[in-house]
Amino acid sequence: MEMPKIIGAGLVVIGTGIGIGKIGAAALEGMARQPEQAGKLQTAMLIAAALVEGVAFAALFAVN
Amino acid sequence: MLKRVVLVLGFLSTFSTAFAQHETAVATAPEHGTEVAAPLSEKEKSLEEVNAFKQHHILDSHSFNIMVEKKADGTEKHWGFPLPVIFYDKANGLHTMMSSAFDHDQVVESKGGHYKLFHEKILKTDANGTINLDEHHHATNEKVLDFSITKSVLMIIVTALLMLWIFGSMARNYKKSLVPTGVGKIFEPLILFIRDDIAKPNIGPKYKKYMGYLLTVFFFILFLNIFGLMPFGINVTGNIAITFALALITFIITQFTANKNYWQHIFWMPGVPVPMKLIMLPIELLGLFIKPFSLLIRLFANMSAGHLIVMSLIGLIYVFKNVIAGVAFPFLTFVLYLLEVLVAFLQAYIFTMLSAVYFGMANEEHHHEEAHH
Repeated sequence: MEMPKIIGAGLVVIGTGIGIGKIGAAALEGMARQPEQAGKLQTAMLIAAALVEGVAFAALFAVN
Repeated sequence: MLKRVVLVLGFLSTFSTAFAQHETAVATAPEHGTEVAAPLSEKEKSLEEVNAFKQHHILDSHSFNIMVEKKADGTEKHWGFPLPVIFYDKANGLHTMMSSAFDHDQVVESKGGHYKLFHEKILKTDANGTINLDEHHHATNEKVLDFSITKSVLMIIVTALLMLWIFGSMARNYKKSLVPTGVGKIFEPLILFIRDDIAKPNIGPKYKKYMGYLLTVFFFILFLNIFGLMPFGINVTGNIAITFALALITFIITQFTANKNYWQHIFWMPGVPVPMKLIMLPIELLGLFIKPFSLLIRLFANMSAGHLIVMSLIGLIYVFKNVIAGVAFPFLTFVLYLLEVLVAFLQAYIFTMLSAVYFGMANEEHHHEEAHH
């Protein structure tokens, strides 16, 4: 069956988009409040985004 | 393997109305509720070709193909060079030959056995080269142990030699003077970045013994990612076997350098009630393997997805075959290519970073219990 797979992939992408978007928004807010901490926030943001992305990719490859 | 047809088809359906004047064979609208297997239009044929090319590019190969020339009479001429094939068969021992022996679906006879290349896998066949397929179109023939220098292996060897040369000469220069020369001017900031921003804050005071691995893995992934984006470059880091090996090394180093605290936190989490400890034990054990697994999937998926997107966009030019597509898609490809360069650095950074975080976990000293007394 192709259709459920495509819908599943779409759901995964929606979830990842929301997740990474929230991480980015929070990091940006943090950087605006504490510009001197921007470097640390960026690192933490990238790690969190990478973890979310990892799960998303795992799901996408399970769909394939 | 990757049915990105879906993605490209989605693209197509949005554009096909805009470029409808170029459609020559618009199928007559099928009756409601019935499915008509229309013959492949020009567009669909190009689409199939693009997909075949993408799948071929993503996979490893036994010969180095640079390009395929299509002659007017329909035959194909492959430009490139063969690579050595080395494989071991239980019955007939070790075999060596050049991959050109397998060209044109030939059956190769070596030391009494017959072998054939089927979808880049060497299979044992009979003298006629019969390949038995099961219902999923997978071959059921006996496989051999393949140690061939495939194009990924070739690329890894080239990268390893290049790294030895660059960093070896850099090291020799530092013995003479502390001022970096030549290519060292580019790499010194990167090395300092890994030491000061990745290793020190994440691992702590014992960072020194991990520096060798962190630097090696960072530059190895970075070089392979960048090579993958160059012309004739090969998708090495988008090969799951290679990312698996890299993640496995991180896993092994983490487990073998871990201290008592690390194992205590996995098997018997301190400071939580006993029922919780029992629940957390399997979760922590699972986490042990999920961490390197996510490392390998992330690198593999990011790099192969990047290659697929770039090739899909280039392929769309040949699907549409008009001026708008000819201008728009190269531009879009260029923009995405720049993004891919960023991703190449980012993925090398994230792999190194997460490796460092895991090493840090293995080396953490916990003082919070004393704090409660």
